[in-house]
Amino acid sequence: MRYEKPQTVADAARLLTAEKGITRVLGGGTDVLVQLKAGMVEPDLIVDIKALPGIRAIVAEAGGFRIGAAVSNAQLGEDAAVRAMWPGVVEAAGLIGSTQVQGRATMAGNLCNASPAGDAVPALVAAGAVARVAGPGAARDVPVEAIPAGPGKTTLKRGEFITSILLPARPAKSGDAYLRFIPRTEMDIAVASAAVSLTLNDHGVITAARVALGAVAPTVRLVDDAAAAIIGTKLHDDALAALAAACSAACAPIDDKRGTIEFRTEVAGVLAKRAARIAYTRAGGQA
Amino acid sequence: MSSISVSTTVNGDPVDFVCTPDESLLDALRNRMGLTGAKEGCGTGDCGACSVTLNGRLVCSCLVLAAEAEGAEIATVEGMAGPEGLHPLQRAFIDHAALQCGVCTPGILVAAKALLERNPDPSDEEVRYWLAGNLCRCTGYDKIVRAVQAAAAEMRSA
Repeated sequence: MRYEKPQTVADAARLLTAEKGITRVLGGGTDVLVQLKAGMVEPDLIVDIKALPGIRAIVAEAGGFRIGAAVSNAQLGEDAAVRAMWPGVVEAAGLIGSTQVQGRATMAGNLCNASPAGDAVPALVAAGAVARVAGPGAARDVPVEAIPAGPGKTTLKRGEFITSILLPARPAKSGDAYLRFIPRTEMDIAVASAAVSLTLNDHGVITAARVALGAVAPTVRLVDDAAAAIIGTKLHDDALAALAAACSAACAPIDDKRGTIEFRTEVAGVLAKRAARIAYTRAGGQA
Repeated sequence: MSSISVSTTVNGDPVDFVCTPDESLLDALRNRMGLTGAKEGCGTGDCGACSVTLNGRLVCSCLVLAAEAEGAEIATVEGMAGPEGLHPLQRAFIDHAALQCGVCTPGILVAAKALLERNPDPSDEEVRYWLAGNLCRCTGYDKIVRAVQAAAAEMRSA
């Protein structure tokens, strides 16, 4: 195994593209090093991206924020401006692992690890976040929901890696929230999860919404039907019931030691309702 | 596998060492620098026994490559006591019998120090959440929380 720490994005892309064997991109390392230790992967090349320009920076851009791919979740959580605009995203990222893991783990890594249960991913999808992908060709911007391809698999091509994630600007009267079910109070993997981002008009009617579910399908799922169920409403009980039904209908989970198909399908809807209420209140609506 | 030369700072002292590309910072601290305070419990970031700070951030040294230490500032439990004696946290852990076997203790001390640097007056709940990544199978945590609070009180009044 070789370890390289390139100074430019072009060099990183060159290294990753030129390597014939197995490569891994090292950001916070909280997934990569665990996989190394477990012998799940034996990379020929590790490319540490933490020396790339801007990779550890949070920068205001176009009314939103560009989060560098090596920004730790701890660093993200300390940024009052991001927290104020996207509290659901910051809280979701903050749920991952222990204090120690928070000091290293990144949202870009959570996305590229491509676990259906990654906590940051549903919140990013609901937020309409966009990943900037570098590689052998020109950089391209990809909606985060298009990155995971299945458990542990992404749509990134050979030599490609994420350099940043853009949390977009949002209109006034907007809010987001993320909730997960775990059988304990911290440090666990989501059994089911839901993220909601929405915008209200001056009358408290939802004019735009995005709903995403985690741990209930091979990838995090953006559920358009669930968003449609609450757009045009003030989130009354019938709208919440339709939201939950749409979420449950979108579930295609597995049975495993952490939850049954029935449980995950039911709980995803319940979590979506609760997350929608929090997002609605954060947007200034009177629930 | 080729060797990598690393120049870093550990507990304020410049240190140079050579490591393999797949070597963890924990292994380098223990086997190359002789700093055996950080322990390997799980090796996968679950237990916190290998906690150190890397550029001021609390991390599991088992989840850091030794090569990543280049140019970094690392602090371990060995750097906690000063010339005048033990750190208040170390004394409080002894006074409150906040350890039994002691394997988790270096990691918990480093983690608790990082907490009190950010939050000098944490609630019990905040202590418990902050230390949730430091597993202890002996104490039941209660004495640990009390020791951290006693040290915090002493440090606030100092």
